[in-house]
Amino acid sequence: MNPDGTPVSSGITLIQVLLILGIVGVALLLNRTTADSRHQAIRRLLLLGFVVAAVVSVAFPTVLSQLAGFVGVGRGTDLLLYALVIAFLSFIATSLRRTRQLTSRITVLARELALAQARIEDAESRETPSSAQDPAPPPPSPPADPS
Amino acid sequence: MDPAPAAGDGAHPDTWVVIPLFNEAAVIGDVVRGVRQELAHVVCVDDGSTDGSGELARAAGAKVVRHPVNLGQGAALQTGIEYALSRPGARYVVTFDADGQHQVTDALDMLARAREEDLAAVFGSRFLSERVEAGLVRRIVLKLAVWFTRQSTGMRLTDAHNGLRVIRADAARRIRLRQDGMAHASEIVLHIGRTGLPWAEHPVHVLYTDYSRGKGQSSLNSVNILVDLVFR
Repeated sequence: MNPDGTPVSSGITLIQVLLILGIVGVALLLNRTTADSRHQAIRRLLLLGFVVAAVVSVAFPTVLSQLAGFVGVGRGTDLLLYALVIAFLSFIATSLRRTRQLTSRITVLARELALAQARIEDAESRETPSSAQDPAPPPPSPPADPS
Repeated sequence: MDPAPAAGDGAHPDTWVVIPLFNEAAVIGDVVRGVRQELAHVVCVDDGSTDGSGELARAAGAKVVRHPVNLGQGAALQTGIEYALSRPGARYVVTFDADGQHQVTDALDMLARAREEDLAAVFGSRFLSERVEAGLVRRIVLKLAVWFTRQSTGMRLTDAHNGLRVIRADAARRIRLRQDGMAHASEIVLHIGRTGLPWAEHPVHVLYTDYSRGKGQSSLNSVNILVDLVFR
């Protein structure tokens, strides 16, 4: 690297290769999620754009600086920082929403489980008349032998 | 196993007391026994307690419905309400806190009022009574919660976060709590308000014992409640 941030002219450097590999790897990992198709498609397009932009910015660092100058940001690294802040916030928002969806599913599941267990216990306590917890009358006929 | 001496089925057989329960082993037995002296049907929703609270509640004569994992007080209330409504003849649901801060006599008064005035819901309020023992910070937080509830539901309650409520079955069926945590109180108000059924507030006395102070929500936790309410 030259002191002003422009790449040296001697081809591709090691860090460029590592960064591109890392970005592609993350992209593949992120793609393995499932959600409703429309949001998923949008997310994939955004991700594709992000990957392309990342590769371009690594391969041609001057492009990022030029873009930064074009939109009025001092340096390319600053532009990158801002983009990262936005990407990070949107990541927080998406994962928060997903966590909530997941939590509410777990809640429904656990509740069904708890209520089913309670129904079983109530049915059992009806069969033994000694426990006077349940005011409901006993079932008309005992259930068939499960065995 | 013989449960603790309790009121017979003649005492409010159409009423189910719902107690969300999470790690209250020190007091839950006494709370359940106290309630059962007046109200026969008590369901404790053991929200994944790790201190044997559920067994103590069962020994005290409550029906225990156990969440396999801890979900939060709102989720426990919803489970308890659904269980109560599934019982034959259930007409009133009373929500009651497990930490012993509520008075059974208050619950009975509210139940009587719901029956006499044909109300769909009676909410307990600390601030209709003169005996307010809450500290300054807690009072400010509670007032803020009241304000948010008023903004979002249009109901002019004086105390939005009181755990003592009497809800008639037709109104209780309309409650679908989606806030698993502590912000459910405003949700209950909201869902009952949407039914358009008549409701009232009733002055109750909340005991802030050293136990409930030590266990209860810290004032910092009310930040969580407010955030939950705003960013639903």
